[in-house]
Amino acid sequence: MAARRRPSQLGIEAADVRRARTLARQVGKPIVDLAQRHTTVSVERATLRLAGLGGADPDGTPWVNRLTDVVRADVGLEHGVSLPVWDALVRGEGDDVLTLAQKAAAGSVTFRVPEGRDATRARAASRRAVAAGIKRIDRQRVARERMIARVGDAPSKPWIYLIVATGDIHEDIPQAQAAAREGADVIAVIRSTGQSLLDFVPEGATREGFAGTYATQENFRLMRAALDETSKELGRYVRLTNYASGLCMPEIAALAGLERLDMMLNDSMYGILFRDINPIRTFVDQRFSRQVHARAGIIINTGEDNYLTTADAVEAAHTVTTSQLLNEYFAKEAGLEDWQLGLGHAFEIDPEVPDSFRLELAHAMLARELFPDAPLKWMPPTRHMTGDIFKGYLLDGFFNLVGAMTGQGILLVGMMTEAVVTPWISDRDLALQNVRYVMNAAGNLHEDFHPSPDGFIARRAREVLGEAIGLLQEIKDDSDAAGDPPLLAAIADGTFGLMKRPADKGKGLDGVARKAEDYYNPASDILEGP
Amino acid sequence: MNLIRPYGDTTGDGMVQLSFTLPIEHSKVAEGAAVQLANKMGMDPALIVHAKAMGDGFTFFVVYGRVNHLVDPSTVEVVERDYPLLTPKEANAAIKRSLRRRLVVVGGCIGTDAHTVGIDAILNIKGFAGEKGLEYYRELKVVNLGAQVSVPQLVEAAREEKADAVLVSQVVTQRDAHLLNTREMSAAFREAYPAAKRPLLVVGGPRFDETMADELGVDRVFSRGTTPGEVASFIVHRLAGARPTSKEKAS
Repeated sequence: MAARRRPSQLGIEAADVRRARTLARQVGKPIVDLAQRHTTVSVERATLRLAGLGGADPDGTPWVNRLTDVVRADVGLEHGVSLPVWDALVRGEGDDVLTLAQKAAAGSVTFRVPEGRDATRARAASRRAVAAGIKRIDRQRVARERMIARVGDAPSKPWIYLIVATGDIHEDIPQAQAAAREGADVIAVIRSTGQSLLDFVPEGATREGFAGTYATQENFRLMRAALDETSKELGRYVRLTNYASGLCMPEIAALAGLERLDMMLNDSMYGILFRDINPIRTFVDQRFSRQVHARAGIIINTGEDNYLTTADAVEAAHTVTTSQLLNEYFAKEAGLEDWQLGLGHAFEIDPEVPDSFRLELAHAMLARELFPDAPLKWMPPTRHMTGDIFKGYLLDGFFNLVGAMTGQGILLVGMMTEAVVTPWISDRDLALQNVRYVMNAAGNLHEDFHPSPDGFIARRAREVLGEAIGLLQEIKDDSDAAGDPPLLAAIADGTFGLMKRPADKGKGLDGVARKAEDYYNPASDILEGP
Repeated sequence: MNLIRPYGDTTGDGMVQLSFTLPIEHSKVAEGAAVQLANKMGMDPALIVHAKAMGDGFTFFVVYGRVNHLVDPSTVEVVERDYPLLTPKEANAAIKRSLRRRLVVVGGCIGTDAHTVGIDAILNIKGFAGEKGLEYYRELKVVNLGAQVSVPQLVEAAREEKADAVLVSQVVTQRDAHLLNTREMSAAFREAYPAAKRPLLVVGGPRFDETMADELGVDRVFSRGTTPGEVASFIVHRLAGARPTSKEKAS
């Protein structure tokens, strides 16, 4: 909080910051309204998961998918699945929701949209069922807080964030435990490439993945249990991260809450821009998943670093700021608090550019000043890691130095073998030595370092903020023939990351429905309730 | 014949550096084992300059030493550039002269690969290594499909756009995904097009071996460090029978 009261080190006018936030709200609000008017298959399946429906049929299709598909075929998606499902249960079509799903899959249940007293009964029954799942999330949040109080928290900031990615959960576990012993405060289990485009969440413990391990409820449970053991052994709580992104974002958020994951990657626009997922699907799914994260006490990590992997890190610096402001608006609207906003940014400027380090420092200081109470997530260089591991090691050192000087909350440890191999044991050790050296040598440098108000760094930071305000204004004034919210029109134009994503295209559009008058979702009801 | 050996600081010293990890606790025995490995690899004498325990039961070594091997560059096989490098102006002129229409290039990252760095470096106007990307060429029509394009989508887009050339970038190499995806892609194009009508297939990425074009069923493989100008020159050479109007640039 002290940072907020301190005058700007970069000479940034408070009025400009207010203007940037006002514009972000003006751009974001129509999207929130749009999200409120729609539901998706994944939001409905997440609701069923919160009501306790898990498992899969013998072909591996989750019961939440089977049941949602049947309900949708019978009465459409626009009423939500809760009313038809709990109406059938109240009518005695099944003893519990799993039996009902099995019967529905066998074709022996017909769903209807209940009306009058039947609807009231179904609504109450669904709310009871989903409340039980949300209670479980609440208990997990308390369990986390208790465990941190008992075994201790990560000793210092930034939290050291390391990745494991073998594809096999039983290989990931010893690797994650080893990484924690070596100093990781946060373990991220990278997902199998392509999981974001699956319209179902795989089931069970998995041992086969491509460049990562499938996110499943059982994998979450196994890894969290293993890290609980290691946390006790090390005397500090080791956090677990996964990815609430892609077509199943709401379901994965629900599973993360149920299994006590601690941080989740969750960006407002990443799926649209980089996975070509339909924009409306993404915004609807994202709002629900963030409401779940807010309730679960999960810290989200946004994905602004990705813009800089496709666009020039100097020219596109303001798109990072713009996206951070939008991510902040959407996150807060969904109920997340400042301490839960791991807003992303990255060290991706071409090292051949003159003053590249000063530019990186300017951008990072700008993020720090704009979001003084958010644990920013600082992402290492990838684009200019050429395979020259010696130069890469130096670059990672400078990345760590910016991290130390700007009080980053979460530091993803850069590997000198980026773009060469998946990290070897020695790569990880050398990378951690690099971080420790820099933090030990320069961790308190921010006490002495004050950029000159008219110097290069302060001027650059103000310039980027100015460009971000300009871009937000431009987005706000954008429009398309269909009369979509301006942000959708801007995304369709290729404003972010140079990718053009029209609102009526992209994957997962067929899983979006406009809500009917009688739409009911007990999860939203509880999560948005007082 | 011009035999050479590694150079440290004196001609003929044969010095190399090496680092590796052995799954053994750090001890004198571990260091001896590291020397043994270096010896077996042909380093003699081998000097352990750094040894450090890493995690439980692992030791990391840095070894400097002399190798006695000689290498003969005259026996090395590489894919030499067999087409002239053209400036954008020359490329445009060649297309205009021989096709009398714009040459259509469709590109993307296939499979689950979301790394558009490579395809963007080649296609985006911004380019790479100081050379403008293919979008800069007036006579090229570039359709960049972006990331995670499925093979059927790629074939469909190639048909729809009447592509003359298809560019595919693959960065992710886990479990040889780049090779599997490329074979799937080339097979799909062979199936979808009669041989004479098939667009030129070009694949690139940092881990490709340029000698593998035939094996992968494509017309050309580009590896790390390829610039847009090289790709454009190759395409123009193959499709528009280009001849440089000015003196060929060195390199």
